[in-house]
Amino acid sequence: MAYTVRRPNLTFWEKIYLPNIVAGLAITFKHLRKMLQGETKVVMQYPEEKWDAHLPEYYRGAPTLVTDEHGRERCVSCQLCEFICPPRAITITPGELASDSKFAKVEKAPKAFEIDMSRCIYCGLCEEVCPEQAIYLRKDYAVTGENRADMVHHKDKLYELGGTMPGLVHKWNPEK
Amino acid sequence: MDFINDIPWLLIAASVAKTLFLIFLIVLPIVSYTVYAERRVSALIQDRLGPNRTGFPTSLLGFHKDLQLFLGGLGQPVADAVKFLLKEEFTPGHVNKFYFWLAPVLAMVPALSTLAVLPFGNYMFGQKMVVADVNVGILYVFAIASIGVYGIVLAGWSSNSKYPFLGGIRATSQMISYELSLGLSAVPVLMIIGNLNLSDAIQYQIDNGWLLLPFTDGKLTLRELLLWIPVGISFIVFTISMFAETNRLPFDLPESETELVAGYHTEYSSMKFALFFLGEYAAMIAGSSVIVVLFLGGWHLPFLPINTLESSTTPAGMALGLIHISVFFAKVIALLIFFIWVRWTLPRFRFDQLMKLGWLYLFEIALVNIFITAAILALVK
Amino acid sequence: MSPILFWLFTALMLAFGVSVILNRNPVASALSLVASFLCLSALFVGLDAFFIGVIQVLVYAGAVMVLFLFIIMLLDLRAEHRRHFNRLVLVGGSLVSAGFVIALLQVLSVFPAGAKPFPALGVARLDDVRQVGITLFTRFNLPFQTVGVLILVAAVGVIVLSRRELK
Ligand code: SF4
Ligand code: SF4
Repeated sequence: MAYTVRRPNLTFWEKIYLPNIVAGLAITFKHLRKMLQGETKVVMQYPEEKWDAHLPEYYRGAPTLVTDEHGRERCVSCQLCEFICPPRAITITPGELASDSKFAKVEKAPKAFEIDMSRCIYCGLCEEVCPEQAIYLRKDYAVTGENRADMVHHKDKLYELGGTMPGLVHKWNPEK
Repeated sequence: MDFINDIPWLLIAASVAKTLFLIFLIVLPIVSYTVYAERRVSALIQDRLGPNRTGFPTSLLGFHKDLQLFLGGLGQPVADAVKFLLKEEFTPGHVNKFYFWLAPVLAMVPALSTLAVLPFGNYMFGQKMVVADVNVGILYVFAIASIGVYGIVLAGWSSNSKYPFLGGIRATSQMISYELSLGLSAVPVLMIIGNLNLSDAIQYQIDNGWLLLPFTDGKLTLRELLLWIPVGISFIVFTISMFAETNRLPFDLPESETELVAGYHTEYSSMKFALFFLGEYAAMIAGSSVIVVLFLGGWHLPFLPINTLESSTTPAGMALGLIHISVFFAKVIALLIFFIWVRWTLPRFRFDQLMKLGWLYLFEIALVNIFITAAILALVK
Repeated sequence: MSPILFWLFTALMLAFGVSVILNRNPVASALSLVASFLCLSALFVGLDAFFIGVIQVLVYAGAVMVLFLFIIMLLDLRAEHRRHFNRLVLVGGSLVSAGFVIALLQVLSVFPAGAKPFPALGVARLDDVRQVGITLFTRFNLPFQTVGVLILVAAVGVIVLSRRELK
């Protein structure tokens, strides 16, 4: 339903506008002065100051792969993460574990595991879907590269970033 | 071959030297650093820092870090210029090519030509520091300013797409409307000074105190006190109209980003865009200079001795001449900072409000102001 | 004024004048007219008539032609491109302009002003604005005021005629 907006009744000084302009200029000048005198706490000066120490527990940085306390790759290349990934950033080439391997019972491990970081949207779905608790979003956020190929994280890089994650991890962090 | 001797070579050489000095050593640097100041001041007003770390890219030459000179960020205008020069020069297929190329030039040239009649200093090297000391100075400024609209109109029309077109239409109507109050609000000043020549305007203010601050000559007569009212009004109206003429923020409807993408220069890229951008800032400098000349005493500073034509070749006279020039541009820069400050304080007008302000208020105020001035001039001797 | 500049600006002015009528694109015509005005004002400036020169730019190039352009931009330009020459208009137009040239030649033959150059003015800075003002407000005060009132009436008339009744 249409309704009428009540316009405020302006006084004479408000109508001629100039005093209010001066008042506005005073406000902006106050901000300028406070900045110049260093009273305002400004944004972080990024490359020199970093917020790494303040990252919250539930921060979602780059997805990584982890090994367990015995050095076993947790990933069994079930490819669930590859399917769930909304921008299709993950490409897995599944492989079989050799029968003489210590972990032969697990049967499978990824031969190649690539995450294209120029596609990843840090949604965390891969972490949620993984039945083996093998993929985790860690706190690395400065992912850079000089070309598209540089932006693809290969398996080595993913394990290097991920490190080990011992024992059973409570992955359903309510805050994540 | 008689006429070759008739050509005043000395005059031409002096004018060319003055023009080059004014444009390349003063105005263009001020323009590029105004852009920088715009970004820094706006950032400070909004509790940010702004571009504060552009140094010289020595890391490109293999050094570990970039060289930071004095205050970081002063290299920003250089970086901007290089970026504009190197960007792809793209002309969309649907535009009217000839006018599309002509428009940026027409935006830049009038803004710079206005500077020709502005006395930016007293004497140097036995030369008056004004490129063309014509006796219709202020009219020339208005005439050239009114030419300035062509660049915008042509850009809007030749781009052949809707946002630039709307921007062009808005710019035309806005500039036509505010030209009237701009001209009318200058009339009281000209009535008081009794001359259209801008050097004479400064001479008058040296003898009688600056128009806006009539006590700068050390005395305040009843006449000056009364004239303060119309001068104050005309200063306010003139400044507001100047904001509108230069498309500065409370009146930047021709390029309002929220509605028109970028207005008349939406389709432009690279150096053609930079010309619009620089033209806008050059127009700001020209406008501020006119305000300084008409209301704030030009290059004059009370208590500072004034050099003469004869003394301007001696070292002391040259030093004074340099100080005069710096005083003029210091005033201009102060006004530019005021322009920036206003821009980051006030929101944009709506189009009908803009037209209403121009036609119903400023125009009438300026008109009445002329009569007030005339009455004071006639009654109080 | 150096004769080179005089011939240069005259030639430019006439060239732009011709291009006003030869161009099929109205915007190009309007801009040629502006350029022609600018050259004309350069001629005035060359005669030390700064006031007239500047007013030429201010009023014609800066205000009138901007309004023209403003209107042209709002029109459909393609209609102009499609139009063909009308032979009757062509003949009529040539007759009218031929008549005008004849009249002009007759006037020039009687009027000797163009025969020899005016003597130099002898003043360094001509106070032309003041002269124009004084002449306008003393000798021609009544006609001046009358013209002002006439224009005012015309302006009011235009507004009344063009105003649509608001329902
Ligand atoms: S990371 Fe997890 S979900 Fe992805 S393939 Fe390996 S085991 Fe499956
Ligand atoms: S975080 Fe999301 S986008 Fe990134 S790899 Fe995992 S599922 Fe794909």
